[in-house]
Amino acid sequence: MTLKQPFGTVVAVHGPTVLRVCRAVLGTVDADDAWSETFLSAMRAYPDLPADANVEAWLVTIAHRKAIDVARATSRRAIPAGELPETATAPGAGHDPDLADALARLPDKQKQAVAYHYLAGLPYIDVAAILGGSTDAARRAAADGIAALRRTYPGVAARKGERR
Amino acid sequence: MNTNHDLPRLLAQAYEAAPEHLRALQARLAAAAQAEGILDVAYRTVDSPVGSLLLAATEAGLVRVAYASENHDTVLQTLSDRISPRILNAPARLDAVARELNEYFDGQRHGFDVPLDWRLSAGFRSTVLHRLPEIGYGHTASYAAVARLAGNPRAVRAVGTACATNPLPVVVPCHRVVRSDGSMGGYLGGVEAKRTLLSLEAAA
Repeated sequence: MTLKQPFGTVVAVHGPTVLRVCRAVLGTVDADDAWSETFLSAMRAYPDLPADANVEAWLVTIAHRKAIDVARATSRRAIPAGELPETATAPGAGHDPDLADALARLPDKQKQAVAYHYLAGLPYIDVAAILGGSTDAARRAAADGIAALRRTYPGVAARKGERR
Repeated sequence: MNTNHDLPRLLAQAYEAAPEHLRALQARLAAAAQAEGILDVAYRTVDSPVGSLLLAATEAGLVRVAYASENHDTVLQTLSDRISPRILNAPARLDAVARELNEYFDGQRHGFDVPLDWRLSAGFRSTVLHRLPEIGYGHTASYAAVARLAGNPRAVRAVGTACATNPLPVVVPCHRVVRSDGSMGGYLGGVEAKRTLLSLEAAA
């Protein structure tokens, strides 16, 4: 029998990853709201979650929906179209602002596919379930996203070489 | 495709949050869950002369006090299984009991006023534990005397079991129950902790 972890443990274990995903998809400022909504909603539903469920995939699925809600609410607060709010690309202090910036410029589907697969570590079948569409489409969106990142952020390729 | 192996780490770095930021978010979650009435169990730990104590409370009151020797993670898992998995580190609900424990360990407080949730004890054990606060601060009673107090003079061994499984040690004073010959007897927090509590109460 699998025991269901106390929710506090779920927050401690998955909180950092979910926040990274929210930051990648939404930007740093809005990510806090999406994170809070995600875990509050997850906590509401947690008693009914099967003990053997994939908690990370479940949380990212909720985060995906909450991020869309938060993004809608933000855009309703009248930010000029075509201009990304500065906060949307603000990175963690001292780390690769360029990479965050490059990711922020990707189309939503690509950005989400990259975040859910590369940041949350979900297999493409789970990414596809979140985004809708086929596993192949999810894989393609992530590959397109990576290709675009490589073009706009060559550091990804260069750094690999340096580290060898 | 080599690039892709490096990307997860670079991305994780790019979106890394400071530990204090995550703590602030957790506090915000705890407050929201409390406001919404879905924080079934709140917990925190406090330092004390008998080591780190885990304190857990439901909406009804203090439900668990646990010594480090009981393993706090194990205790939280048990609370999750027996009460509800909606458990968060949320110190606010435990403020009053933390303050009273502080006063107790300072020798300033002789009894506890916080509401107690007794749901983790049942039957005769519960009857025994409910009588323990009648043993006054600084006093002791034998297992046999407590058995009489609980209405079953022959259940001396069962009194020992009730004390050994007390979900609310320190606050419900099972440390004041000792052997008839005056020796301390065992204690769920360890004999050393029992000695510390009894000397504290004897000194005050």
